[in-house]
Amino acid sequence: MADIVTLDRPLDVFAEQAPPATRVRGYWQSVFYRLRHDPVTLVFGAVVLAIVLAALSAPLIAPFDPYKESIIGRLKPFGWGGHLLGTDELGRDMLSRLLYGGRVSLSMGVVPVLFATLIGGMLGVIGGFAGGRVNTAIMRTMDVFYAFPSVLLAVAIAGAMGGGIGNGMLALTMVFTPPMCRVAETATTQVRSLDYIEAARASGASTAMIIRYHVLGNVLGPVFIYASSLVSVSILLASGLSFLGLGVRPPTPDWGLMLSTLRQSIYVVPLVCAVPGVAIFITSICFNLVSDGLRAAMDVRM
Amino acid sequence: MIFYILRRILYAIPIAFGVSVVCFSLVYIAPGDPLQTVMPPDATAETIAIVKHAYGFDKPLPMQFVIWLGRVVTGDFGLSIATRRPVFLEVTDALANTALLALFAAPIAFFTGYAMGVIAGCFPGRWVDRLVTGAAVMGVSLPNYWLGIVLVIIFAVQFMLLPATGMGPNGSTGFRIFEWSSARFLVLPVITLAMIPIGILARTTRAAVAEVRNQDFVQTLRAKGLSEWAVTRHVLKNSLPQVMAVMGLQFGYLIGGSILVETVFTWPGSGFLLSKAIINRDVPVLQGTILTLSLVFVATNLVVDLLQSLIDPRIRRG
Repeated sequence: MADIVTLDRPLDVFAEQAPPATRVRGYWQSVFYRLRHDPVTLVFGAVVLAIVLAALSAPLIAPFDPYKESIIGRLKPFGWGGHLLGTDELGRDMLSRLLYGGRVSLSMGVVPVLFATLIGGMLGVIGGFAGGRVNTAIMRTMDVFYAFPSVLLAVAIAGAMGGGIGNGMLALTMVFTPPMCRVAETATTQVRSLDYIEAARASGASTAMIIRYHVLGNVLGPVFIYASSLVSVSILLASGLSFLGLGVRPPTPDWGLMLSTLRQSIYVVPLVCAVPGVAIFITSICFNLVSDGLRAAMDVRM
Repeated sequence: MIFYILRRILYAIPIAFGVSVVCFSLVYIAPGDPLQTVMPPDATAETIAIVKHAYGFDKPLPMQFVIWLGRVVTGDFGLSIATRRPVFLEVTDALANTALLALFAAPIAFFTGYAMGVIAGCFPGRWVDRLVTGAAVMGVSLPNYWLGIVLVIIFAVQFMLLPATGMGPNGSTGFRIFEWSSARFLVLPVITLAMIPIGILARTTRAAVAEVRNQDFVQTLRAKGLSEWAVTRHVLKNSLPQVMAVMGLQFGYLIGGSILVETVFTWPGSGFLLSKAIINRDVPVLQGTILTLSLVFVATNLVVDLLQSLIDPRIRRG
């Protein structure tokens, strides 16, 4: 009878003796775990956040009106008359223009990537999932755009259309769509032939369901990581377009445009002229490092 | 091998065709009439019709494309609107100057970037690796047009060691590479141009070397008792194809994507020609330059692919 008593609650006995079970982390839990233990990404992520916040709250924190010109206050050095970063060739406050310029430069960095991700990602998934002629048609068209160096393609499209923020964004979207499409296509093709897709189809799932629940989950990771790495490229290219006079038009403040108009004044106030480039450089570095960190944390291999 | 080469060349033909379609349509995505920039604003409807006919703009688009393509294939890109010189001559002259920059920037960038990547890849996680990785991220994130300006500020404005812009002292004709008075104009543009490829190459090489070092055969080599030096040689050999592909691509970018750096240094290359053409709305030059540069890019990629298949037979079979 004593046996029966002990067998009555056998599980508790085991529970007391077994070592505490290691909790299995989910995918996102482990991603956040890795991110939390990656100081570089955290620090530079905070800097990105600070840059974005500074640009968003430009009307609140800018010390001067970014369009207010001054004939006597042109090309003044750092700290002159309360202008922390000096003034530009029309006497406008550099710090205020830098803050307002961040709005334009950052949106030129993010918007084209967003559109390219949507368009390119969609085309890539369609091409990868459909295969055959559809794939050939989409991917060979993309190959043509691959035949242009990215700077050249952006300059060609923006140059032909005549510049401006909208045309600049359109040109950059066209530059980023083909590589995006290729990333999405590769990921989709890899998944498409796996057994579980076959199983889903055999159990009666529609194509839309399969793409929604079984393909996208595997494609979004690489697409997201690739998109995040493009933001820094986009900021560089957008500023480059404005630098050539093909992006933002004066007097709208933009980092690339500021660099271009101040270029004539390097003999007068060299340090002030270098400031917009520093902003581009730092922002670009931060986005790159955050993208690298995310890639490592999400364990995406491309 | 022969079949691979043929197949690869055949594959480049439709690409080149697609590129020419894109270049041709550049004129038509521009808002307004392509003739608007050529014609005086007070031209009569009759004159416009005559000029339209002369340029062939009254024909249907596909016809225009065929005629244009026929001329382009024979090297006739039309006349520059700004200088009245044949576009072909303008582009080839400029391309030679761009190639001069690229030929100096490429070896510097490839050697430095590769060396940095190898060192970092051989000591993953150590301080050398961190240093190189950090420097490489800076190189990749660099707005090189800004670096150009900064270098001009330092070396031309502050210390007056090197010239700020141009391609030779005032009034000089021709570029003499072996004379310092000419060659010193190369220094700043070449350094500026080399920075981004250095960053990209260091990153690629590091990743490639680190990846190969983790493969099983490296373990086998160590188990066999090979010295660390011999193992490294095997690792480098195996990481080379990946690195070479990126080198080829970067060389193409040095030629096709140098517009910003050339604009900063007013270096009379193809990029500078392009930016002038955009400012003047000189459509024939715009078309001709972009077409030539992208065809050079296609050709570079072709050569790189062929070279790669020479050193790595796996590609030929794939």
